[in-house]
Amino acid sequence: MLKIRIIPCLLFKNRTIVKSIKFDNFRMIGDPTTCARVFNERNADELIFLDIMATRENKEPNFEVIEAIAKECFMPLTIGGGIQNIEHVDKLFRIGADKIVINSAAVRNPELIKEISNKYGSQAIVVSIDAKSVNGVYKAFISGGREETPFKAVELAKIVESLGAGEILLNSIDRDGMMKGYDLNLIKEVSSAVNIPVISAGGCGVLQDFVDAVKIGKADAVCAASIFYFVGESIITAKDYMSSKGLKMRTI
Amino acid sequence: MIGIIDYGMGNVRSIEKVLIKLGAKFIISNKIEDLEFASHFILPGVGFFKEGIARLKNLGLTDFLRQEILIKKKPILGICLGMQLLFDNSEEGGFVEGLGFIKGSVRRFLFETNKLKIPHVGWNSVSGGDFFKIKILEGIEEGSNFYFVHSYYPHPNEQILCSFTDYGTIFSSIIQKENIFATQFHPEKSQKKGLQLLKNFINLKC
Repeated sequence: MLKIRIIPCLLFKNRTIVKSIKFDNFRMIGDPTTCARVFNERNADELIFLDIMATRENKEPNFEVIEAIAKECFMPLTIGGGIQNIEHVDKLFRIGADKIVINSAAVRNPELIKEISNKYGSQAIVVSIDAKSVNGVYKAFISGGREETPFKAVELAKIVESLGAGEILLNSIDRDGMMKGYDLNLIKEVSSAVNIPVISAGGCGVLQDFVDAVKIGKADAVCAASIFYFVGESIITAKDYMSSKGLKMRTI
Repeated sequence: MIGIIDYGMGNVRSIEKVLIKLGAKFIISNKIEDLEFASHFILPGVGFFKEGIARLKNLGLTDFLRQEILIKKKPILGICLGMQLLFDNSEEGGFVEGLGFIKGSVRRFLFETNKLKIPHVGWNSVSGGDFFKIKILEGIEEGSNFYFVHSYYPHPNEQILCSFTDYGTIFSSIIQKENIFATQFHPEKSQKKGLQLLKNFINLKC
């Protein structure tokens, strides 16, 4: 049976790994390759690396750092941030990425989703949807949460699925770094509307939040950062807890 | 020396990383004059079946592999699309013929709406069947989890060694037919268990 994945997320800014609150107020965590090595050794199911300043600063992905991280990862590695065209994607796959995650480009250049999906298969393309509640409606934002799009999160999810996205990384801007739990309504709304896996992100603070994201939100995977850095929970304690609540986890 | 067949279908980098870690000698190439010195082959691959087989043909590698694998009996490990290409044919892209080293077909997962999501992405366990007879699984516990990413699965139609994974349907996720090994999952992405499997493969005596 397929296991629920726990995916730590590395946010990269100014050559270090940071953690944000509501996409702002960054705290430094440490060196990217060290973080990647630690999560590999602790049997994280995958790793997501996001360069959160690249698009805002109109820079391309930092290939050198990404290549160094890829060397430490013997689990699937998803790379995002600053990806604008298929040349970037080709280069990222060459240096060791397994999946590409795009956010701003998915809205500004939706053809890129098709292009990546046709060339590498839909499993290789993840679209990250950053959602924020605006007048009671979950709207999709791009450019590091700075720019509101005309789309509802759930609309964008359906569009990118039809264009060939293989997974959705669903992030709640309101919950990011708050550690008060995932936005279960958001996850439920998107997860029930698409037939591709949804990874919940933003807000995990205690281990029960992982369980709720899966059982109530119907997420297929859970992504988190703060809980591993600031609470002292590890991938192993998280998996044990989730197993004890009846979820299928990878323990061997 | 391990010959990694680089026919332009996805990521050879992750396999290269593992072989470096294991201290293996290898060559990454799509040229017969390089690959003919290999003692073992790895056929990786991510992407479309139709394009994969077309590229192997255009590079002249289908006849080369037939000679090396079926006549000279060198060990080969097909991974993901590389596994599927070893079969007679695939449903992906209509009906497309493969290498035909293993009798059988590659089929698309077919579920009632919303039952299970496609692609099958993530960690899933491998167990049952000939788990303990498949040479490259030596030293790995039955039920170990490996990393999968695929929408199509192989369906062998001859008596070969198989072990299984359950995703809505129970399919052969690892097979062995004499010197031919293949995994639908990605050992190079499966941390310790995957590294053990690849180590077993490169240590196979020819």
